[in-house]
Amino acid sequence: MFRNQYDTDVTTWSPAGRLFQVEYAMEAVKQGSAAIGLRSKTHIVLGCVNKANSELSSHQKKIFKVDDHIGVAIAGLTADGRVLSRYMRNECINYSFTYESPLPVGRLVVQLADKAQVCTQRSWKRPYGVGLLVAGLDESGAHLYYNCPSGNYFEYQAFAIGSRSQAAKTYLERKFENFTDASRDDLVKDAIMAIRETLQGETLKSSVCTIAVVGVGEPFHILDQATVQQMIDAFEIVGEQEAPDAAAGQEASAEPEPEPEQGAAAGEGVAPMDI
Amino acid sequence: MASKQPENSLLGPEADSQRTLYPNVTGTSVVALKYKDGILMAADMGGSYGSTLRYKNVERMKAIGKHSLLGASGEISDFQEILRYLDDLILYDNMWDDGNSLGPKEVHNYLTRLMYNRRNKFNPLWNSLVLGGIKNGEKYLGTVSMIGVNFEDDHVATGFGNHLARPILRQEWHENLSFEDGVRLLEKCMRVLLYRDRSAINKLQIAKITEEGMTISQPYSLKTYWEFSAFENPTQGAVGSW
Repeated sequence: MFRNQYDTDVTTWSPAGRLFQVEYAMEAVKQGSAAIGLRSKTHIVLGCVNKANSELSSHQKKIFKVDDHIGVAIAGLTADGRVLSRYMRNECINYSFTYESPLPVGRLVVQLADKAQVCTQRSWKRPYGVGLLVAGLDESGAHLYYNCPSGNYFEYQAFAIGSRSQAAKTYLERKFENFTDASRDDLVKDAIMAIRETLQGETLKSSVCTIAVVGVGEPFHILDQATVQQMIDAFEIVGEQEAPDAAAGQEASAEPEPEPEQGAAAGEGVAPMDI
Repeated sequence: MASKQPENSLLGPEADSQRTLYPNVTGTSVVALKYKDGILMAADMGGSYGSTLRYKNVERMKAIGKHSLLGASGEISDFQEILRYLDDLILYDNMWDDGNSLGPKEVHNYLTRLMYNRRNKFNPLWNSLVLGGIKNGEKYLGTVSMIGVNFEDDHVATGFGNHLARPILRQEWHENLSFEDGVRLLEKCMRVLLYRDRSAINKLQIAKITEEGMTISQPYSLKTYWEFSAFENPTQGAVGSW
């Protein structure tokens, strides 16, 4: 995308009918570190890649619990994401207080989209620079939505956003037909596999990713590191077998695989917009 | 001596014309119970103007959305105002058109918030409400008073119904009443109220709400018996009679 004379203001149309500031905001989402979501009939799993600036610092929180039945994973300007999460939490708690009932996720998503749209039509505002994967339950079952800075929202069976999300999307496109009837554990496994795709060769360990689950009878919660590491170890072996050069076969050990790219991995992939 | 109230306060003598101090046209008890298929509710059709039975065709029970039934005693105009609030609520709920709908629990809690907030402003809606309904097989029956007291139960009543009908219901209500048994039980309660409540009239409706929807009976009257021997020559032996 190149600089042009129509991209200074969000309230300026280009002759081709585009709002460049909104499109630039969507670029910010693409620069953030990856977040993925997938759902079955009864459960939704969110996952994200945690990249810390350096070994000394902690990573940013990208998955937020909004209510017992709704959670959100973000990619892009995490500060904007935090503000929107606070808005979502507020809406949910107000609805619960008035109606003693959980806010249907489909309605929350529309309110969120309308809030984002306002920022695309005011000269003194800027669009939110964050994409949100909203996972939640309502009367009709489990839902996964993607809210983007333009104010649009879409419902998905599975989706990935952020940097190197195309790799995850390719994986999800291959597998998504099985998701509707998948068990909760299989869904989590697929989420971890999708995250692995975005890491592209880097070691997959639980310190690099965060997984959260919400489902019928299961309130939204983030899985703890030990559980995630167990699941990684459980199928990492299978992963080795599937790789063409893994002639080692039936090693029943729980050791992580050798890390040829360790040195290179530390420096790359810290998305500028996550800072 | 002028007291320092803010401009929009509802307290103080000038503001009295702007808030409810006492009811004018009132309805008397509403009685309701859970039965096998849903909720049964009964209320008479009287609107009293003080001690005068002024209006005799007041419908004090209305359907709310697809799943709920609201009955009210107390100020009739406040009941009409509440119906307007609920109309808006249900309208916006329907406009979402997304497969989600407000059930009886949600409506009951909304009404609780409404009544309590008005009470806190010293401008109450002078009603006792009964909210019943059924959604996805789950029956719900609750009540809210004009000060915001709310609770759910298997059978509820307002006003005099609490004193005369609830004891009967406590004795004779059980789970999975048939429709006929439920109506018979309600009629028993309404008959006692008719005999003993001065504001009751002998013209009542019974409404039922089930998964299929709400139906309300045509107005009818209960059979009563007045031939007790104690009622013959009531003044015989009274002081000052001959």
